Amino acid sequence: MDPSNDWKFTRREVLKMGAVSATALAVPGLVAATAAKDGIRSPVTAKVALEVNGRAQELDLDTRTTLLDALREHMHLTGTKKGCDHGQCGACTVIVDGRRINSCLTLAVMHEGAKVTTIEGLGTPARLHPMQAAFIKHDGYQCGYCTPGQICSAVAVLDEIRDDIPSHVTGDLTAKARINPIELRERMSGNICRCGAYSNIQEAIAEVAGVKA
Amino acid sequence: MKPFTYERATTPAAAASAAARVPGAKFIAGGTNLLDLMKIGVEEPAHLIDVNGLDLDTIEPTDEGGLRLGAMVRNTDLAADARIRRDYPLLSRALLAGASGQLRNKATTGGNLLQRTRCPYFYDTNQACNKRLPGSGCAAIGGFSRQHAIVGASKSCIAVHPSDMAVAMRALDATVETVRPDGSTRRIPIADFHTLPGNTPHIENVLAPGELITAVTLPRPVGGTQLYHKVRDRASYAFALVSVAMIVQPDGSGRVALGGVAHKPWRVEAAETEFPKGAKAVATRLLAGAQPTEGNAFKVTLVERTIAASLAEAKEAKA
Repeated sequence: MDPSNDWKFTRREVLKMGAVSATALAVPGLVAATAAKDGIRSPVTAKVALEVNGRAQELDLDTRTTLLDALREHMHLTGTKKGCDHGQCGACTVIVDGRRINSCLTLAVMHEGAKVTTIEGLGTPARLHPMQAAFIKHDGYQCGYCTPGQICSAVAVLDEIRDDIPSHVTGDLTAKARINPIELRERMSGNICRCGAYSNIQEAIAEVAGVKA
Repeated sequence: MKPFTYERATTPAAAASAAARVPGAKFIAGGTNLLDLMKIGVEEPAHLIDVNGLDLDTIEPTDEGGLRLGAMVRNTDLAADARIRRDYPLLSRALLAGASGQLRNKATTGGNLLQRTRCPYFYDTNQACNKRLPGSGCAAIGGFSRQHAIVGASKSCIAVHPSDMAVAMRALDATVETVRPDGSTRRIPIADFHTLPGNTPHIENVLAPGELITAVTLPRPVGGTQLYHKVRDRASYAFALVSVAMIVQPDGSGRVALGGVAHKPWRVEAAETEFPKGAKAVATRLLAGAQPTEGNAFKVTLVERTIAASLAEAKEAKA
């Protein structure tokens, strides 16, 4: 079951209400109408079919839609978070065809046929992914906003090490990549946590990896 | 973001031809830099040509004993390739020093070469910038210029090229392969690929309109101890203040290229004859004619010290 349905009002709906009252003040319709007369380009839509968390999705999207906005606004998978929207914070990290990426810095239409895994696809409240369980056990968050991105990233980091992808701190490039705390810290540097839960995040990942933090 | 039409190209030549035909067209590969700039209105393409499906994502040996790196090979895959790690470790090191794991999974070999500067005045559309809006001036000159160029800059622009990968490729004497809209191909030595700002800082390389990078070739391995030292404001996930790509041979000769100091990867071959004399001599020749600002004069010292550290490490590795 989609966990967001458990609530009468989700945080998202409350945010939406706030957004409606804000747009009523800004009168964006008028601005848009004026702009069109000045020969501003009109929006273009395109079709894209992809698989998200094992489910086929077919969408007709404005070409400008990022994968992040497609997930959140069109598929209503709001677990993936928009932090900076510029690839600097990692809150939007999802796994596409087995690789973690910043979903804010890629267009949805570029992912025809792709297999996307978001935090909702990793586990459910009833059946947590081991990484989710470890984050809870080690208190790997405070406000929780960066957590979905941290967890998707952490899951992919362990796969990257298993796939022998080296990192900036790998001592010997010709040896097989290894899991250790220094490696985990470096590889997680694309996920910022402004609450500063880094040491607990580190412990959670180390536990899943089976190494000492 | 301004609306744009979108197509998936099927062959490199078709992509180049479409780029020349459609006004305001741009190629999109990883998109990690282009989309970022589109969101803030610095880039406003009317048409995007997706070049991800062009089968340019393999690394193949060349007849000369080197490697041909497809333009769409992701930074992660390039850095992790066993041949690169063994024969061109400098390139692996430079790639791994750049960006984050997420970005390296998307960023491509061709796109990395075409990265735009991270000068904050280029990004801020309220500021004067000759690179973003030719003729509008340069707010970085007289502004906060800690990150900016110390050599090869002009009165129009003091921005630096942000790539780590390109610095390693400059030291390795790589060659950029392209296809033009008329279907013809050419090979551009990386030394000639990026340009200095002069009076035209909006021009950053020698590519013609619609010309598409298809591959980068590396000559046969040169061996030696290969090091990439990147000095930055935090230990990971930050652009270089100064970076040093160095190859030192057992006889003490070598090569050195710098990142973070100029509008392109900075290499002065004549400086490499100074290797036996040490870091100060090498740095002096490399940075001859340097005109740092008050805000980035520290880079002159930092270059010398990073070269010294690299030479010391190379000596230790040899021992």
